[in-house]
Amino acid sequence: MAITLDEIKWIAHLSRLELKPEELIAASTQLSSILNYINQLQEVNTDNVEPLAHALDVSNVFREDVLKESINVNEALSNAPDRQGNFYGVPAILE
Amino acid sequence: MSTSNSKLTEKTAAELIQIQAKGEANAETITKAFLEAIKAKDPKVKSFLLVNEEAALATARSIDSRRSKGEKLGTLAGVPIAVKDNICTKGITTTCGSKILEHFVPPYDAHVTEKLYQADAVILGKTNLDEFAMGSSTENSAYQTTRNPWNLECIPGGSSGGSAAAVAACEAPISLGSDTGGSIRQPASLCGIVGLKPTYGRVSRYGLVAYASSLDQIGTFSHDVTDTALLLNVIAGKDDRDSTCTANEVPDYTANLEVPLKPFTIGVAREYFAGGLDAEVEKSVREALDVLKSRGATIKEISLPHSTYAIATYYLVATAEASSNLARYDGVHYGHRSKDHSNLIDMYSKSRGEGFGAEVKRRILLGNYSLSSGYIDAYYLKALKVRRLIRDDFDKAFADCDVIAGPTAPTCAFKAGEKSSDPLSMYLSDIYTISCNLAGIPGISIPCGFNSKNLPIGLQLLGAPFSEEKLLRIARTYEKETPWHLKRAQIS
Repeated sequence: MAITLDEIKWIAHLSRLELKPEELIAASTQLSSILNYINQLQEVNTDNVEPLAHALDVSNVFREDVLKESINVNEALSNAPDRQGNFYGVPAILE
Repeated sequence: MSTSNSKLTEKTAAELIQIQAKGEANAETITKAFLEAIKAKDPKVKSFLLVNEEAALATARSIDSRRSKGEKLGTLAGVPIAVKDNICTKGITTTCGSKILEHFVPPYDAHVTEKLYQADAVILGKTNLDEFAMGSSTENSAYQTTRNPWNLECIPGGSSGGSAAAVAACEAPISLGSDTGGSIRQPASLCGIVGLKPTYGRVSRYGLVAYASSLDQIGTFSHDVTDTALLLNVIAGKDDRDSTCTANEVPDYTANLEVPLKPFTIGVAREYFAGGLDAEVEKSVREALDVLKSRGATIKEISLPHSTYAIATYYLVATAEASSNLARYDGVHYGHRSKDHSNLIDMYSKSRGEGFGAEVKRRILLGNYSLSSGYIDAYYLKALKVRRLIRDDFDKAFADCDVIAGPTAPTCAFKAGEKSSDPLSMYLSDIYTISCNLAGIPGISIPCGFNSKNLPIGLQLLGAPFSEEKLLRIARTYEKETPWHLKRAQIS
């Protein structure tokens, strides 16, 4: 099961990962080999088997809708690459 | 009689608590001894990414002062501990072994970090790991490769290699790690120490940097099972900040530890003794089963038929979850932001491209591929169905046995560089540990011998969900009859 270079480029775009040309080629080879190994799952009969996303038998874990103190602004912004006042500076989103 | 420094660093946490109670050494002396050990050995072992010397000594002195005033102290008072660097420590850099978080200083403590402070443990520093916990050797760390204290040319295992090596090298008596596919048990096995992954939901993941949210669990490293129980008592339990953390009561894991379980049945899965298992490892593990038989165990052959599919299942489930969890590293709020970008999307792509290492990128790509339109049914959803079959195998097995026993890893520690160029061969070293995370059950690795090159071998015991009490008692039953937990690696 080979992943083509075009497929890798598309997945890298979806992943928001800029990869160098040699990284793209390496990824396509390595992932093809890994997917080849993973394809053995197709041998398993999973008719009428429900997917198991979560090991614990819990559902709807809620808390009371009560106002609580949250992290303060300075702590929240303490690792900001570009702090502007009480905001995170980012490149313009809208033209 | 004063206890010399080198003797102090070979002690277990339980012994260090006794030593302080008897007035043979105080917290400051103990902390200094371990800090000295780190200075002497870590240039070779490279367990630590950060040593917290000033804060550790300040904590130790404060404990001594409070003790002298007769104040009540926590259950780990004065015991030094090392913490894996994917667990948040407020005010202390937490890198996850990645360049993308090189300067990240968490503004909050993880739940387990808070518990350690409450127990008056002394946090020595943060330990090395494979980047974002993805790996089995620490060779994927962006900073350094940790070495195995039993043979410095070999790796300690991973991803919690730093935490395992720190204990094995006597740089800390106990440490915390995290386990998503075997990242505590495999390094424990390769380093000759005890490593426990609790049941999923037993320990809060609040403050554990997420890799795969349905698989991750924080766990313990120690020289022996008594310390495992002591440390599990501290970190286990309800936390409202983690909705996957159970409200189940935490028993006192030390209470019945010395009481042997009679009778008990050990399941031995034929699939765990098939091809790829090193002959010396198999011999040690079978000898361990004989020891348990002599202590009253009935051995029953069982089958876990879907275990051959565990690695394939894991590398779809874990990478899919990781691709979501690692989407947050975009250069906006924290972490590395690329300097030259032309727009917002470009900023994301360049920051992530520059900040992440090769293995992390590989897993993000694989995860997104398996979730993408056209592939999700054949890959991700298929894997979730096989996951249920794997869990069903364990449910059936535990109806007939108390624990499942087998080797933790197929080989002993390998040399640095030996597997790093072939990702798939690295993945296969998790073959016995990986199903446990998929099923959410607890697992422990305990030392059971050495091979002809003096490299440690580990016995893995798996239990039903929330059966840690039983698991630890059986582990302790074995440990009491054998010398392995008393051995200490000597580093020249």
